[in-house]
Amino acid sequence: MTDLSHHSQVWTYRTPRKRLFIWLGWLALVALFVWCWQIMTETTIWMFVTDAPRQAADMGGRMLPPRWAYLPELMQPLWDTINIATLGTIGGVIMAVPVAFLAARNTSPSVTFLRPVALFIIVASRSINSLIWALLLVAIIGPGLLAGIIAIALRSIGFVGKLLYEAIEETDKRQIEAITATGASQAQILSYGIVPQIMPAFWGISVFRWDINIRESAILGLVGAGGIGLKLNASLAVLAWNQVAVILLLILGTVIVSEWVSAKVRHAII
Amino acid sequence: MSTAYPDTWHRPPQIIPNRRWRIAIQTGIVIYLILAISTIEVNWSRVYEGLERGQRFVMGFLQPDFTSRWKDISQGLIESLTMTLTSTVVGVAISVPIGIGAARNLVPRPVYMICRSIIAVSRSLQEIIVAIFLVAMFGFGPFAGFLTLSFATIGFIAKLLADDIEEIDATQAEAIRATGASWLQLVDYAVKPQIMPRLIGLSLYRLDINFRESAVIGIVGAGGIGATLNTAIDRYEYDSAGAILLIVIVIVMVAEYSSSYLRKFLQ
Repeated sequence: MTDLSHHSQVWTYRTPRKRLFIWLGWLALVALFVWCWQIMTETTIWMFVTDAPRQAADMGGRMLPPRWAYLPELMQPLWDTINIATLGTIGGVIMAVPVAFLAARNTSPSVTFLRPVALFIIVASRSINSLIWALLLVAIIGPGLLAGIIAIALRSIGFVGKLLYEAIEETDKRQIEAITATGASQAQILSYGIVPQIMPAFWGISVFRWDINIRESAILGLVGAGGIGLKLNASLAVLAWNQVAVILLLILGTVIVSEWVSAKVRHAII
Repeated sequence: MSTAYPDTWHRPPQIIPNRRWRIAIQTGIVIYLILAISTIEVNWSRVYEGLERGQRFVMGFLQPDFTSRWKDISQGLIESLTMTLTSTVVGVAISVPIGIGAARNLVPRPVYMICRSIIAVSRSLQEIIVAIFLVAMFGFGPFAGFLTLSFATIGFIAKLLADDIEEIDATQAEAIRATGASWLQLVDYAVKPQIMPRLIGLSLYRLDINFRESAVIGIVGAGGIGATLNTAIDRYEYDSAGAILLIVIVIVMVAEYSSSYLRKFLQ
């Protein structure tokens, strides 16, 4: 006869101690949230916040109807935007490939020296948004398409480099070994053993990044780096909200088309 | 009787096997590149002048000046960090119900369509553009930035969460349902345990992204370190700008490593 009556009759998922810890965790999170909220809203002018619905209605009224006559003027900037994205992607990919080969553990010539450098390049490029790169480059080389292209290229290095080096590290060892066994040189191993394996990933990543770059290049003009963002900035500056509406719809359309193209291409490759 | 074997080998093309298509696409690309590059107008004398400034910027990066603008920098950083945390918490809190509503295996079709369209709207609008509108509506400062980041978080977390819920192990849900559980109990006992680690991972990842974005939306007036950076560059104070960028890079790196460590620890 075993006596089980001292056990709880109700099944619970966790032990009391665990539950206590989880509650403490939530409490800490809530406390942190409240504290941060208080610091953040110290300088907020609540009159503007409560006023927001009226402002929104006002803005909506000004945006409608969109001024479609503005559309022909936007074609040249749109072409510029697409060029910024495409040329920037090409430039970024060209710079990212060597970085990826240096960062991948199985192809890096020196794991102790060059690999950390390559990883730092990837992290630095990823942590600075293309808009900030554009801000710097406009200050350095002047406003225009070139600043936008370089900004997009610099931002793309990190993204393409990271995904590509992971793809290189995941290559099938046996194929590389087979090529090595034929007496191939290092360059031949790269060309016949590794490149064919990462080619689909490479094109997929590049097209994916191109799609993201179309979105990003649309707003680079806000800091003067060319493209449709310049028109957006100009329209915002004169409070021409009906032109802003046209520009935003055009950007939205372009983004949807580019997403569709990139999905099709990636589907065809992979 | 010898058959003539070829003594050379050409690697077959991988991406586009059809020769005609390949040539057509290659010429297309060349024509596009010529057209695109010809439309870039570069003012080389301006670039040449700028090189000196670029050099100063690199020098500023190498000898960052943390002290002379420290008050502005710390103010911007505090705004950015508080904005990041509050917007992630609020964004995740809102996106959990939306994410559950956007999972096809849990809700009726109309709810699914509504939640998926909320996600689509939030994902297709760029943070900067949202920020422009919210700054116009709510005034300058971190509150507009907080709203922007919360809005962007909803699209990101809700979509990934919904996709995860759709992929849960259906047998577990069925077992709970067989006990006669209500819909809420089903979510609590069958869905929650399966997606909780992933949700925490996604939230940490989004925290990281929100900090990065908070450095950008300041450019259009939504508060945070981006505003400080913009001012520093406008004043040509490259040593302060370098200091700000270094701080951003370091915080992003720390966030990335600690969040990947935490995610590994939680799984």
